[in-house]
Amino acid sequence: MTAVPDVPSAAGPGPRPARLVLEGVSKAFGATRALIDVSLELQAGEIHGLVGENGAGKSTLVKILAGVHPPDQGTITLDGQPAAVHGPAHARALGIAVVHQEPRLFPDLTVAENVFMGHAPTGRLGSVDWRTMRRATERRLRELDVPLDPGSLVRGLSMADQQLIEIVKALTLDARVLVLDEPTASLSTHEVERLFAIVRRMRDRGVAVLFVSHRLDEVFALCDRATVFRDGRHVTTALTADLTTADLIRHMVGRAVERSPRAEHPIGQPILEVAGLSRAGAFEDISFVVRGGEVVGLAGLVGAGRTEVARVLFGIDRPHAGEIRLDGRPVTFDSPAAAMRAGIAYVPEDRHQDGLVLDFPIATNVSLPILTRLFRLFVRPSVERRLAEGYGEQLRVRMRDVDQLVASLSGGNQQKVVLAKWLATRPRVLILDEPTRGIDIGAKVEVHRIISELTASGLGIVLISSDLPEVLAMSDRILVLHEGRLAAEISRAEATEERVMFAATGAARVAEGPAAGAAGSPR
Amino acid sequence: MSLAGRLARWEVLLAAVLVTLVWTGTSLSAVFLTPRNFANLTAALIEVAIMALPMALVIIAAEIDLSVESMVGLASSLLGFLWAEGVPLQVAIPSVLAVGALGGLLNGVLVSRFGLPSLVVTIGTLALFRGLALVILGPRGISQFPDAFTAFGFGTVPGTAIPWPALVFIALALVLGIVLHATWIGRQVFATGKNASAARYSGVRVARLKLALFVLSGVVAALAGVILTARFASARADAGTGMTLTVVTIVLLGGVNIFGGRGTIPGVVLAALTLAVLGNVLRLANVAAEIQSIAIGALLVVSVVIPTLAHRTKLAIDRVSGGRRRPAGAVGAGGGTGP
Repeated sequence: MTAVPDVPSAAGPGPRPARLVLEGVSKAFGATRALIDVSLELQAGEIHGLVGENGAGKSTLVKILAGVHPPDQGTITLDGQPAAVHGPAHARALGIAVVHQEPRLFPDLTVAENVFMGHAPTGRLGSVDWRTMRRATERRLRELDVPLDPGSLVRGLSMADQQLIEIVKALTLDARVLVLDEPTASLSTHEVERLFAIVRRMRDRGVAVLFVSHRLDEVFALCDRATVFRDGRHVTTALTADLTTADLIRHMVGRAVERSPRAEHPIGQPILEVAGLSRAGAFEDISFVVRGGEVVGLAGLVGAGRTEVARVLFGIDRPHAGEIRLDGRPVTFDSPAAAMRAGIAYVPEDRHQDGLVLDFPIATNVSLPILTRLFRLFVRPSVERRLAEGYGEQLRVRMRDVDQLVASLSGGNQQKVVLAKWLATRPRVLILDEPTRGIDIGAKVEVHRIISELTASGLGIVLISSDLPEVLAMSDRILVLHEGRLAAEISRAEATEERVMFAATGAARVAEGPAAGAAGSPR
Repeated sequence: MSLAGRLARWEVLLAAVLVTLVWTGTSLSAVFLTPRNFANLTAALIEVAIMALPMALVIIAAEIDLSVESMVGLASSLLGFLWAEGVPLQVAIPSVLAVGALGGLLNGVLVSRFGLPSLVVTIGTLALFRGLALVILGPRGISQFPDAFTAFGFGTVPGTAIPWPALVFIALALVLGIVLHATWIGRQVFATGKNASAARYSGVRVARLKLALFVLSGVVAALAGVILTARFASARADAGTGMTLTVVTIVLLGGVNIFGGRGTIPGVVLAALTLAVLGNVLRLANVAAEIQSIAIGALLVVSVVIPTLAHRTKLAIDRVSGGRRRPAGAVGAGGGTGP
């Protein structure tokens, strides 16, 4: 499946020299261990794919190579020389060029100025030598067969062209290592083809390319070898020719699936019905139903549009098309306040930014959404306290008392306060966005227990989570989003990690047959 | 409740400064504690003190209204113009207050609907309102107001030594103090100032709340313009020039955090008294006006610097002594939700 270039590669067949070697690299952020003892070898003149689920440690590795984060442990060797990357500028000096998912260019400067940002050719008296700059840019654009004018402004250029400028920039640095982080996320098929041709040409010149992607079909089309990360660890590295999509997904998922036994309870009438919901640039034609007592999992990769759907359901953003029905009646929300009144509650992804007023006590955080319901005008602190104490007990929040500032609680207990505040609104539908991200295992188990208890009381729950085992364990049904579209709807009985990942990576479209096979065989 | 503790300490500090100033005043001059001097005391700063009350709410909600001094001028010149045109004051005064509300609405719409920074918007309307005031009245002054009106500026509440304008201040302080500290409206103001995003996600209509605060600020500034006109028995387009600095000084000296989310009305009242007494004492001690201006400017800087330094010191102490997991960075991010 590997596309063999018609130009023979610089080193020819056989083992190529190691360009960049990482050994025993670890990185932790607080209690979260993002990378654990990872080793990786990039050869000169190869394209090396790096895949893994959300949170597998791919972006951390990219950031270490870019000099954004120093590793806690481990060594990096570049062409046999030990190399510590001290910062983004130093990474560039070492010849490591990183093209990020979102192009980071100056929109009001020209293509040439962007390409030479930070190392412009200078003439006498240190003035910028515009002519040399323009010519050099022109030459490199021609080399890569990119039809762009070096003098045109970056503003207004397509995402793909901007992506290509980033690569041209990498070329002017005489990059020895090129790291591409999800470069195709915003490109069309045609643009992807053009990008691949250029990346192959760079490979043939002996550059070591690390290609980080969620799209497995692209990894197979472009890469010579592929490495899989899972939960911060290196799982495997193999020639793509020796791998199948099913292998790759099995390595990405890998874990034994623990399904917490769930109390069976009846599923009631539809509460929330969504039909043909679209928002330009975010998601398209999303339809689903949430019934009372049911947990509907919303799976998908980062950027698939899950949070965007939730934001529309909660009245933060407006839909451009489609209908939302609550108990059979069509509704539109112009604000979170309106959605709240209708019985929708949303536990946002970013607890600190959107979920809590950290500088408020527990009691006032819990009462904030229902202040106007609780009190006609004057706030009675005793009422707030009793309310917060009640939920604190039910959700087992570990606290001194409800006057304690939320900022002083642990992450798990903060999340329980967010849950308490939304339960206090007595919602019909509760949308949970990454409810267990960044909290410890004990608290996670408790959040799962709370979810189960809530469904038993007849609440409809939408669970957005990047934690696949969690989605599988908690959901009655799983909706999988891929690039803003509904890629699959899988019932609890049929759901496996492999099936969800197939749909989430868009592999289902490419390889419908193997997907079914992979879902059926391992068990 | 370390927060309440910290603010309480700030107000205690202010009260101590105030007592010291009063004591200095009495020892400097025998007339200090007379009713007449009390009238002088209020005369110097009463409009500014009145405007500081809604300003406190605006700043706690993490916005600012710098246009208030020009609204004073616009209100004064409009009142003079209407009176000179023969409009009775019973009609003219409500009209002036309505214009104050409109001006506040303009600020509020630009800030809350268009998402512009209030610092920039209200610098713009600072110039705009003053310009309108000059267009309406030009350089002339209007006097010959009826006695009943000027008596409101000069006179005292019958049977007491309290001037009428001071009564307005007291009443407004009581109402806004109760609204801010005892009602859900006040709670929403604090939540908006501390973390506007979390407030919005919690169903607080943040835009509407900010709009209301700017309207309040505009109406009260217009009211201050009416009071100033009554006290001087003269309407002028340049009335109120330079007042914004003092208004903001009082609010910040009162312990309101310039980044929003913190502050009390009692603190602002104490700060207004402190500043008034300080000016009075300096005058009794024959200190030149220029030096008084320096004192006010220094106070503004000091009242911003001291709480910030105190906060930093506290963080540093926490960092050294606290071994527990610290979400302090997040606290900072949550607290500083200014634009």
